[in-house]
Parts: sequence; C-alpha cells; structure tokens
Amino acid sequence: MVGVVLVAHSAGLAEETAALARGIAGETVPVTAAGGTEDGGLGTSVDLVERAMRAADQGDGLVLIADLGSSVLTARLVEEPGRVVLADVPFVEGAIAAAVAASADLPLEAVLEAAEEARGFRKLT
Amino acid sequence: MMNAASDDAMGTGADDAMGAGADGPMGSGADGPMGAETVAGGGGGLDTAFFVAWLEEAAGEIARQRDRLTELDAAIGDADHGTNLDRGFSEVLRALRETPPASPAQALMAAGATLIRRVGGASGPLYGSAFRQMGKALDSGEAPGTAVTPAAFAEAFGAGVVAVERLGKAAAGDKTMIDALAPAARALAQTVRDGLGTGEALARAARAAADGARATVPMTARRGRASYLGERSVGHEDPGAASSALIVAALTTAASRTAAG
Repeated sequence: MVGVVLVAHSAGLAEETAALARGIAGETVPVTAAGGTEDGGLGTSVDLVERAMRAADQGDGLVLIADLGSSVLTARLVEEPGRVVLADVPFVEGAIAAAVAASADLPLEAVLEAAEEARGFRKLT
Repeated sequence: MMNAASDDAMGTGADDAMGAGADGPMGSGADGPMGAETVAGGGGGLDTAFFVAWLEEAAGEIARQRDRLTELDAAIGDADHGTNLDRGFSEVLRALRETPPASPAQALMAAGATLIRRVGGASGPLYGSAFRQMGKALDSGEAPGTAVTPAAFAEAFGAGVVAVERLGKAAAGDKTMIDALAPAARALAQTVRDGLGTGEALARAARAAADGARATVPMTARRGRASYLGERSVGHEDPGAASSALIVAALTTAASRTAAG
C-alpha cells in the first residue's frame, strides 16, 4: 500500500490531520505525521520527515503532503522520482484524498493524481 | 520566512531565466595558478582553510547581527530568521570541528547538509542547497587539499544560486535572498572574465550583494510569508537578502584573514 506522509509546521496539525485521514480512509492506510521541529517548535525537521517516511514505507512508494514554506522546501529535498513524490495540493484536502486513494490499493501515480485532484475541489458549488 | 514555495502560481518557469553567472565562458580550473597557497588577491587558489574561514566568518557575523535579522523578519516574516540562522551556523562550526574537511568541496557539502538538518525554517533548505550545490560543483575528485581557482569558485557559486532559485521557485525582484545572491554571482563571474584578482573579485561580490539587499526595500514580496502582505511588504529590507549579503561579505574577511595567516 502507498504511504502518505504529512509534513507540517506544527506537530499538532500534522498528527491530527493524520488521525483525520486515517479515520476517513481506514486505519490500515499508513499515514504518518512529521510536524514541527525536533524540539517541539514550529518549523520543519528533515530528521522527523525521514522518520515518518520510514514508518509509512511498505515498499509501494510514498506521497508527501506539505503545508507551506519550509515544509514544501524540505519535502522537495527528500523527493525520489518514481518512489517518493510531493503532491501540489492543500494540506487537509490532499491528505484525505491521498489516504482514501491509497486505501483502495491504487499505485503511486494514481494516489498522487487523486491527491492533486483535490486541488480543484469546490466546497460551495 | 522569506521565499517559501507553497504555491504554484508564480515563479515557475523563471528558474532558468537569470543565469546567475553560472553559464559564462569560464573554464573550470583552466586558469590561474593552483597550489597550496591561500588567497592573496592575485588570482591564487582558494584552499580548504579559506572555505572554513568563510564559514567561520559568516557564522560570526550572523551571530553578531542575529537580532537585526530577526527584527527585519519581524516586520514582514515570522521573526525567527536571525535565531534560526545563528543556530544553523553554530551547528556548521561544530560539524567542521568534529570532522575537519579535507577539501573545499567537503567543507561546503558538510555546511549544506548541516543547514538543511538544523535550521527548521525555509532558510535551512535554501542555504543548505546552495552550499551543497557549491560543494558538488567543486567536487572534482582531486587530491584532498587542492585549492580551487577563482574561476571554478565563481562557477560553483553561480550553481549554488541556481539551486536556490530552483528550490524556492524565486526570481530576481521577488524580494528574496536571490536579490542579493544573483548580483553577487554575476559580479564574481564578471571579475573572472575581466581577469581581476581574487581579493577584488570577492570585494565586488560583497558590494553587489549589499546593494542587492538594499534594493529589496522598495520591492513587493512575491514569495513566502511576506507575499501575503502584498504592498505592505514595501519599505522593509528582505531578511533573507540581508543574511545573504552578510554571508557574501564574509568572503572578503575570510580572504584577508587567511592571506594574513
């Protein structure tokens, strides 16, 4: 199953979004969180991102979802074409779309595509 | 922070528009005396001690100006630039002490890897990528201790700036560190083409970076947190451009220090 790694500026944002995505997609989906810095502050830690990547990695690839700023830059640094890919999508919407697609055992490209489709979701129309 | 890259509406496609001095007709390592001597202003080689001195001088200046950088960041960013960079460069010095680099490339790559891991804000991946790319560009597999020519350094510096542009999706005029770094890269490349000495080359790069940082004051931010402020970002110097100017200026103090030592 494709893993979903959530990279955010705060640990709370990343962890609660992961819990929400698992709640909607199913607990079998490997959704992991890398939020904030190692000392618990706001920001991004490559070490935490790499740890979350290892925890979500079942060998079928990883989709990274980042909130903004340094999270995006850090996620771009750990991308590996064809294996670890970054979705260009809002954080919550992308996390849920990717997790649901992963739960259907779709391949990496399809999970990435599902996540990026969430970029165009409208809520009022 | 300056220069975040969270949206795709701006900057894409502009990555390669600036050249950043990396594409000039400079043969890497083809000219200038190579050897163990340190920089002396006559086109001599830049050795490992020079690059360690550069990182030390940059770390010292960032520590001294930490509060000013944070104040600049408080005006249009999230008020952590000085603190983040000071922590990152302190870790760079520690890494260099623990594992003394055997070549210019090793010194720069170690600095880059440390900044990526230890800064926590957008400046970590950006400066980290710049130093790492500079190191890679100088990593010719030559014998440890071999000095690099000013031409090779100018080319590597330009490659580092391009790495920042690509990662941050920023271009000239976006009110980011690029506005200080790109003019410095162009100045370095020009001094090599003009055959000027190393000391003069580094001094011109420092001036270009300082002028570039000051030129961000009237700009409207187009990247990062400051971009949400729109016109209200006008009138403030970009903290990333300001720290970039300090780092480039440290080249000249490192040169005079290693030449004197």
